[in-house]
Amino acid sequence: METFVIGLTTFVLAIFIGFEVITKVPPTLHTPLMSGSNAISGITIIGAVLSAGAQYSTLTTILGFSAVVFATVNVVGGFLVTHRMLKMFQGKK
Amino acid sequence: MTGTEALIILAYLLASVLFIIGLKGLAHPRTAVRGNKIGALGMFIAIVVTLMDKKIISFEIILAGIILGGLIGGVFAVKIAMTAMPQLVGLFNGFGGAASLLVAGAALIEAGGMGSTQLNVATVASGIIGSVTFWGSFIAFGKLQGFISGGQTLIPARHIINILLVSAAMVIGYMIVSDPLNTNMYWYLVIVASFLGVLLVIPIGGADMPVVVSLLNSYSGIAAAATGFVLNNNGLIIAGSLVGASGIILSKIMCVAMNRSLINVLFAKFSVVAGEKTKADDIYEGKIKSTNADEIAMLLDGVQRVVIVPGYGMAVSQAQHAVRDFANLLESKGVEIEYAIHPVAGRMPGHMNVLLAEADIPYEKLKEMDAINPTLDQTDVAIVVGANDVVNPVARTDPSSPIAGMPIIDVDKARTVVVIKRSLSPGFAGIPNPLFAADNTLMFFGDGRKAIVEINNALQDG
Repeated sequence: METFVIGLTTFVLAIFIGFEVITKVPPTLHTPLMSGSNAISGITIIGAVLSAGAQYSTLTTILGFSAVVFATVNVVGGFLVTHRMLKMFQGKK
Repeated sequence: MTGTEALIILAYLLASVLFIIGLKGLAHPRTAVRGNKIGALGMFIAIVVTLMDKKIISFEIILAGIILGGLIGGVFAVKIAMTAMPQLVGLFNGFGGAASLLVAGAALIEAGGMGSTQLNVATVASGIIGSVTFWGSFIAFGKLQGFISGGQTLIPARHIINILLVSAAMVIGYMIVSDPLNTNMYWYLVIVASFLGVLLVIPIGGADMPVVVSLLNSYSGIAAAATGFVLNNNGLIIAGSLVGASGIILSKIMCVAMNRSLINVLFAKFSVVAGEKTKADDIYEGKIKSTNADEIAMLLDGVQRVVIVPGYGMAVSQAQHAVRDFANLLESKGVEIEYAIHPVAGRMPGHMNVLLAEADIPYEKLKEMDAINPTLDQTDVAIVVGANDVVNPVARTDPSSPIAGMPIIDVDKARTVVVIKRSLSPGFAGIPNPLFAADNTLMFFGDGRKAIVEINNALQDG
């Protein structure tokens, strides 16, 4: 119960931080905001790495491996494509 | 708690702080590139410290997964056309959801029935949200890519089917929590939630995609946060809830821009509007003035201010570079050019801005609807490129119209309006647009890019 309460506290506070930070992003940057925050949601990768590396059973290893692949596509693809877009907004120097 | 464990937890805290600083950086084009890099650094730190966890006995499989996923993600990111950005973000959302549901499933099996109630409940949540995110995103991807019909596909009794699916998911979820050893149940849960994901997105039509993509973005974050509760990992909880909040805000902004409620979009209530439908023929008959490139070039001779209104049609015909050349031509003659961006123009929030930025159009010239509307009556020519519903004056005038009350760009107040469009076919709202028949409107029928290239040639000859 105690860990749950701590987790819930973190969850609620983080949502408020999210609201505060995101409302300041101008509409011009909404697409990169989406792909960038999308990359951050790939944080599941750390859970995936744990499952793939722990090798509890063949099934969990396969699940973990698939999760690592999905999450890495999400993380690497997300940050890279966001970078590509933001470079365009910076314009030519 | 050992020293290593403490170090790992502190590193997740650092990663979370970097995510927040990174997102803050996205608030301005100047700081955005650095913000994104800071976010990526946070992710890198999180992954590296996770490798120090004593649970991990072998690195080969992890490495193989990261290399494979990195290659796929990298190729997607580098190759994708800017016009296809909504599909890509949709697809990536789905992958995030899939990863979350797989991790939660693996954690349930590893717990071997000894997990806490928190683990079991969070696993159920992650399984449901992850599956809905994956399949919902897949359908959204299909609609945007064009291999699934982009319109509203209304399945009879879909609300009842959805209620049944949600109830089934609840029952299965309860069974998992009460008997977590029976892990097969988890996969039944995933199957039921997958059907739910498909059915929730299938009825929603193309122009509502900005809302759907934003909402799925939010779901992918919430799925990650739920997985954080499964693993008792604050890093996942924080990052997941940041993304969850971000998606919800964007969905809200999109809904406000269409003057519709989220419920209204999600249950695809759009086209069912009572009352007589205005006949397109009555409005258009004999009133459409068709024009050509030479006439437009003459019209533009000696004007002072031109506003360009891009819509999804500009994305489809890849007209953004031609638009840039057009603007440069006019600017070299001393004409003031600005762009009017409607929040829901395109298929995802900010879609038009990305396309115009790709064509090296400075973001200072991209004006939001509220900023540009008061200037339109001092505008000589407004040029609408492939937009329809977002410039339909009916939204202001006819309270019985399906788009009544939706904020629009008031191009009809400009001295002359040039609409570049393939045909008179209605936009997503399915209603005729009296703007096309207005006295000050000229229609230039054709593909957006070709039409603008023709105008550019005429301008150069003239």
